[in-house]
Amino acid sequence: MSWSAETIKRARDIVARYPEPRSAVMPLLYLAMREDGYLTDDGIKRVADLVGITAAQVQSVATFYVMYKTEPKGKYLISMCTSISCYLMGADDVLHALEEASGVPAGEADSEIAVEHAECIGACGGAPACLVNYELIEGLTTEKAKDLVKWLRDGKPETINGDELQTLFGGVTSFDWAIKEENAAIGPYPAFPVFGTAAVNSEALEPGRGA
Amino acid sequence: MAYPLVVTERMMEHPADSHTMERYEATGGYQAARQALGQTRDELVEVVKASGLLGRGGAAFSAGLKWSFLAPARPAYLVVNGDESEPGTFKDRQLLERDPHQLIEGMIIAAKANEVYESFIYIRGEYPKPARRVQQAVVEAYAKGYLGKGIFGTDYNLELTVHLGAGAYICGEETALLNSLEGRRGEPRLKPPYFPAAKGLYMKPTIVNNVETIANLPHIINKGAEWFSGLSDSEDTGTFMMSISGHVNKPGNYELPHGLTWRQVIYDVAGGIRNGNELKAWVPGGASAPWFVPDLHLDRPITKAACAEDGSMLGSGAIIVMDHTTDMVGAAERLVAFFAEESCGQCTPCREGTTWLDMILQRVLDGAGRDADIDLLLDLSDNISVGLAWPPKQTTICPLGPSAVSPVMSLVRHFRDEVEAHIAKGIHSGGQGTPVSIRGSA
Repeated sequence: MSWSAETIKRARDIVARYPEPRSAVMPLLYLAMREDGYLTDDGIKRVADLVGITAAQVQSVATFYVMYKTEPKGKYLISMCTSISCYLMGADDVLHALEEASGVPAGEADSEIAVEHAECIGACGGAPACLVNYELIEGLTTEKAKDLVKWLRDGKPETINGDELQTLFGGVTSFDWAIKEENAAIGPYPAFPVFGTAAVNSEALEPGRGA
Repeated sequence: MAYPLVVTERMMEHPADSHTMERYEATGGYQAARQALGQTRDELVEVVKASGLLGRGGAAFSAGLKWSFLAPARPAYLVVNGDESEPGTFKDRQLLERDPHQLIEGMIIAAKANEVYESFIYIRGEYPKPARRVQQAVVEAYAKGYLGKGIFGTDYNLELTVHLGAGAYICGEETALLNSLEGRRGEPRLKPPYFPAAKGLYMKPTIVNNVETIANLPHIINKGAEWFSGLSDSEDTGTFMMSISGHVNKPGNYELPHGLTWRQVIYDVAGGIRNGNELKAWVPGGASAPWFVPDLHLDRPITKAACAEDGSMLGSGAIIVMDHTTDMVGAAERLVAFFAEESCGQCTPCREGTTWLDMILQRVLDGAGRDADIDLLLDLSDNISVGLAWPPKQTTICPLGPSAVSPVMSLVRHFRDEVEAHIAKGIHSGGQGTPVSIRGSA
């Protein structure tokens, strides 16, 4: 698949922000995931060309970090934390509920939903917690986990907003979230405007170095 | 009881808009940056040294002293470590999300103190919301002329880029973070020779500070070193953020003065143990810290020195509380599994050792433990961290491997009987075993 002129311009702007082009590899890998839904060989090759290193070098970076997915993860990636604080608060049961309700074993994906166990996601005060396309739900229960899967399957939301998820499926939080947020994720990668991956506010790449 | 707040004061008083430029400036924001821009490197390093501010990322090293080590070569870089991933820790998430301008102002001060013109905030990939808030604040600061060329009308330039990680605990280790920021695998570098202060980002002198450390700077500049040290009755100055999780009634982040006792924090601040249960043990400073138990430690003060004396550390300020219903072998396995999963794989003792520690603990849990397994765990641990000392010795490039030893040692030291009970019920002792499925069906 070819990247749009807009995506290529965004990629070049990202490269220009760093003192050395190779530093742009990580943000560009996210950009490549937005283009294809996951990291394809073509995406990796494009990133390599943009920063001037080999595809093998980019591949070695991509495979080091768990958030770069080299296989399709459907539209919704559910990452259930199973580290110590979530474990103490019943995360294993919640993960089983997610697997059962979705029919997707942890570590696998169907065309719509992927389920995985995650190491500590920094939501320990709101344990057990999970991420849906990296948007947080704290204070989850097995029942709410099943509701979440049904809501995703039935409603097939175009975007995933953290505040909406927390209201519908969450409970106790690590701290007061306080302010509602419009931003939403559009795929199984973090919604960050600089990469063009958030559903609103997507033009927030500001001038900086060299501009 | 109310303790003085420093880095969380604004978000507590103005929860609706503490993240905005408008609120930040209305509450005295960016005055410290203006002042710092008129001060010399020596003056700024001295005031931070005098404040006694220790790094809040886990190592608790003097922030001013760290700055004074920065090599004179230029360009130099400032990198803020927002890769918060130590299990139990979620304090930086709140600081990033709820008061991003405080961080930016702190970075301006740190940059000026170190004569640095280019800076980065590395935020873990699982924190897109905090990253969005910080990015928005950065955009606001550029628009106001507080970042970019000639900031605050002076001739000082400062660029700031928000960089998102992609799911690797090891990138919290500062040299791994620098490799990651260079677009490489997040593998720690050998120290020496790669001390960031001399050979950091792009092999140039680099300051790496934690989010909370930086967030304290505007307050120290505004109110002075003496005020900061006066916030605490103990030798550790200022306040610190404590993330409390596990079996307490009121989990959450609390900004506290140093020197309280564990009893005060667990029972008064965090509301005691759920369902009136008994306290069994707690992890005092993030997953890498050896456990504390009520009989020995409940009335000990929470200071760097007291924790060290008791063979543990305050680390990242995360306490994970476990009540009497907790299977301590299960808890230890879960901690070790984290390190096994997050090992970068460079060093054999860590890559192989953490994996084997986890497999042995899993088989003990699964009812397939053997009598020799406790000795085997200790032997393996000794191969990862020779002598099983505290602070741990390293056979590895970074402390990740030895960190996995600490829950094993804590388990054997305080709860050996529980390990033996699991083994006694297992198939190798003639029992039926109690198979436990670990983390889903995968």
